[in-house]
Amino acid sequence: MLCECGKNEATVRETVIINGKSIEKNLCEQCAQDLGLAPTTHHPALHELVKQFVHEPGVTEAQPLKAEEIACSTCSLTYTRFKQTGLLGCGLCYKSFEEQVGPLIERAHEGATHHVGKIPRSALERSRHGGPDRLEILLGTTEERLRRMGELRRQLDEAVEAEQFERAATLRDELHRLDQLKPGQVLPDEFSSTHGEE
Amino acid sequence: MVSSPPPNEDGAKPAYGATTEWLRNEGAACDVVLSSRVRLARNLAAHRFVPQSDRTQRQQVVSLSQQAISEIGSCVWIDIHRTNDLEKQLFVERQLMSRQHARGKLAGGIGGPDEPRGLAVSLPDERVAIMVNEEDHLRIQCMRSGLALSEALAAADTLDDELEARLEFAFSPRFGYLTACPTNVGTGARFSVMLHLPGLKLLGDIDKVKRAAEDMSLAVRGFYGEGSKAIGDFYQVSNQTTLGKTEQVLLQELERDIIPRVMDYERHARRTLFEKRKSTTQDRIMRSVGLAKYVQLISTEEAMEHLSMIRLGAAIGMLNGSSMQAVNKLFLLVQPGHLQHRAGHALTQHERRVERAAVLREYLRDVG
Repeated sequence: MLCECGKNEATVRETVIINGKSIEKNLCEQCAQDLGLAPTTHHPALHELVKQFVHEPGVTEAQPLKAEEIACSTCSLTYTRFKQTGLLGCGLCYKSFEEQVGPLIERAHEGATHHVGKIPRSALERSRHGGPDRLEILLGTTEERLRRMGELRRQLDEAVEAEQFERAATLRDELHRLDQLKPGQVLPDEFSSTHGEE
Repeated sequence: MVSSPPPNEDGAKPAYGATTEWLRNEGAACDVVLSSRVRLARNLAAHRFVPQSDRTQRQQVVSLSQQAISEIGSCVWIDIHRTNDLEKQLFVERQLMSRQHARGKLAGGIGGPDEPRGLAVSLPDERVAIMVNEEDHLRIQCMRSGLALSEALAAADTLDDELEARLEFAFSPRFGYLTACPTNVGTGARFSVMLHLPGLKLLGDIDKVKRAAEDMSLAVRGFYGEGSKAIGDFYQVSNQTTLGKTEQVLLQELERDIIPRVMDYERHARRTLFEKRKSTTQDRIMRSVGLAKYVQLISTEEAMEHLSMIRLGAAIGMLNGSSMQAVNKLFLLVQPGHLQHRAGHALTQHERRVERAAVLREYLRDVG
């Protein structure tokens, strides 16, 4: 079935109420969006985000290296390929392309730059016996840890400001948990079994 | 965890019955919230991600994962690349795996060869499903009927720990759990809630929900996830960001901030329809009942539309109690795969329409 515009295939069916009468409309994605009726589309396709980002004036120029020529030393994925698919090739790609992918991730996650939340429990347990160096592989350097805690504190302040007390309590628990995860420190036993408030 | 026989070729299989976890219609707020789901994306350390790996590497991931899953013992293993198309369709319709996993190629056909890949399902409840070698090595899904995200998260978290005790996951201090697509890094956790919103749809207020969801940067999708249409007035709301917030915070944003608002909107809409537009609403609902009782040929989409109206009728007390049970079964039974499973052989599109109409007539005989 064609859309009312007569140009594209109708893919969105919406019932609208006009003067108390419900009218069924068959629309293409574009017309539906124009009328504010489109089912909010899925997450912007990552490759589009990549494209937008890479082609944004000022961004490419700001990077001295020609990003296209970079390849991951572990899985040999090229940055060009990543731009086409939006998918990375291995865990180490995050290191190989950190400079390029970092800002992209920040944008896709509303400005977030660092992980907070679950840390693999068995790995953490094993690291306890491996000394500060092993623990650092999981928890990051002191500087990274401090930055993460700073981010949580900011979220906590926001939650308190907005009187979201339940959220504030969760954030406080997480801060407390992170504070205890200092490299070089013996972890309290609770970390081997549970974390947070579950 | 309950142990089950070790997975093998002749292992137990789902019964493909008329109901599954997300259609049990139980739990909190089940008049509006059909189901809650938590999905964790995990990859094995020192193994290439699926899109960049060859057959041998994928086989290694399958072997390691299958071994770990078998040791935990709560799920039955299914080799998806050896499963016939109809069975794959049944898994998709039951929301045990993605359409992408059934197709075997990553979105847009990238990713090269499509095997091996697997699926592990907990039986008979179908509450847990683990896709192996989809976009990520592991996609752990825990499903609960009604609004029960915390319960689903607790189950996913435990299973994640059990797997991680046997497999090393790719993780970095900065980006958290590493995933093939950078939009999933951090917690790797996607929380989603399936909502039935016929009241808002009838009043033309569905945009309110979309706006509210967008304000909270949540995604609104259709019945079968990404890229699917909101058939039968079902909408899936889920978090878009996975980095920079703990699992608990992501969960709270959805379960305590947005969903109660949407539920209020929907219940208010249903009250309005019942109190102020009673005859119009009754007409819509009874037309759907009438049609469903006598129809001879019907498409999936049209069937879902009428079933949505009948579910609304049952929810606001315009129809008798048995209607709700019948309708919830039908959401699954009218799907193409389930119709063919019921018939015991492949059906053409026309035959499916005939069969679908027959199923509607049979199950809705006593509705009114």
